[in-house]
Amino acid sequence: MASTNDPFQFQEFEEAGNLLEANRNATTISIEDDDIIPEKQRQAAGFSPDDEDALASDDKTELLSGLKKSVPFWTFEYYQRLFDVETHHVKERIIGSVLPWPGKNFIHVYLRKTPDLYGPFWICTTLVFAIAISGNISNFLVHLGKPNYKYTPEFQKVTIAATAIFSYAWLVPLALWGFLLWRNNKIINLVSYSFMEIVCVYGYSLAIYIPAVVLWILPYEWLRWCTIVVALCLSGSVLVMTFWPAVREDHPKVIIAIMSAIVVLNVLLAVGCKTYFFSKPQALPADKSAAIEVTKAPSTT
Amino acid sequence: IVERHLPSKMATAAEEEANRPFAGLSDVSISEDIPVEGDISVPVGPSARRDDEFSTLDEPVKETVLRDLRAVGKKFVHVLYPKRSTALLRDWDLWGPLLLCVTLALLLQGGAADSDYQGGPQFAEVFVIVWFGSIIITINSKLLGGTISFFQSLCVLGYCILPLTVAMAVCRIVLVAGSGSVSFAVRLVVVTASFGWSTFASTAFLADSQPANRKALVVYPVFLFYFVIGWMVLTFSPSQ
Repeated sequence: MASTNDPFQFQEFEEAGNLLEANRNATTISIEDDDIIPEKQRQAAGFSPDDEDALASDDKTELLSGLKKSVPFWTFEYYQRLFDVETHHVKERIIGSVLPWPGKNFIHVYLRKTPDLYGPFWICTTLVFAIAISGNISNFLVHLGKPNYKYTPEFQKVTIAATAIFSYAWLVPLALWGFLLWRNNKIINLVSYSFMEIVCVYGYSLAIYIPAVVLWILPYEWLRWCTIVVALCLSGSVLVMTFWPAVREDHPKVIIAIMSAIVVLNVLLAVGCKTYFFSKPQALPADKSAAIEVTKAPSTT
Repeated sequence: IVERHLPSKMATAAEEEANRPFAGLSDVSISEDIPVEGDISVPVGPSARRDDEFSTLDEPVKETVLRDLRAVGKKFVHVLYPKRSTALLRDWDLWGPLLLCVTLALLLQGGAADSDYQGGPQFAEVFVIVWFGSIIITINSKLLGGTISFFQSLCVLGYCILPLTVAMAVCRIVLVAGSGSVSFAVRLVVVTASFGWSTFASTAFLADSQPANRKALVVYPVFLFYFVIGWMVLTFSPSQ
């Protein structure tokens, strides 16, 4: 009939409502958020280092986490969820990474399905600047009093430190996560970690290096090696205890391979930073030029 | 008889009206049969004078530049005497931060970077650190649930570099006098004081926009940012 094609006649807009249904994933403020916030408060309030309570509230969080709607990673809300921490959370996580306790798995006790990106990112940034600044100060102290030495701020080392630290904190978790995912296809594991949780553990495990790096300012080799060993033990044990439940049902060779890879990479990072940024008290370009002058003088006489 | 004819006439008229829009569309031209009548009038009076006041197109260039400079200067005063006011936040602008960043980067030049040794930060490095640092801190505070807007936060962080820029100028003057340990002690005191001033000033503006249990999480990156800039100012060593 002509009336259906008449543009001046009012049309029912039913399809628009259905179109909105298809676009539910668009960023909108939804009332569902109010349900999630009390759940988080319950999690924070129910936090206790006791293992039995940890298991009980783990069950609760397992059930409640199903209520959270999954947000795609290209929305702002996804990253906002990763920053949903409070000051005391961050403090507890840092202390938990610095003082590992046998039996306390970092991810299970402290993260409890809410990994955050605040801690890893700012710990890595602080460590980058701490390494650059401490290395600069230690070079200055080592060369203090020598006439040929000209102080330079060595600012380019910040970029190198940033590349090293951030690639360790992001590429190693990526490789580990991919490897664990591959092994999960072959062997059924009860424990599996998400990528964000692994990044979180690695980020917080670097926290012990900040005071260690500050201690390296003092130009005593024995002090530097002592602090490196202590820091390696602490951060290495946090990582090993965290990943032990994820691989313990695997083939023994695979277990040894993964654990030694984790430890070796940690050692490489620590020793590499110490060697590159903190010079030994003997190696000096000024000393070399003095040595050349000394060797030249007898040749002329 | 007339009444009987009317419905059919109305029917034909209705059919004509139904067909007319289609006829108009097929012609792709505005049919002159459709009467368009109306009255478009612009109210002349005080509103026109208000338009003249807001139209800044005809004013002299000196007036425009001075107005922006006065706004920037007013914000400088707010940074130097930080109290909880919303002036910095309400009328944010990025001219002040740009001016301060360029001044700081220029003052940091002429160091030992000209020689073969690894020297201080290059001009571009200062820019990158200041602007990317401010952007990252702003994104961080927004992710933590801050109520401040993106550019307001950039504005505050940029303006609060003013004490450190002043300290840089003072350091260069002190270095002209000499570069021994006395001058280093003086520079250390000046830079520490201005770093504390910058951090205090920016937290006075930014801290109100965060919930109470996350204030420390927002303040720490600001502290780190000004610490790094203070470090760059303190370690500036002139080439001899």
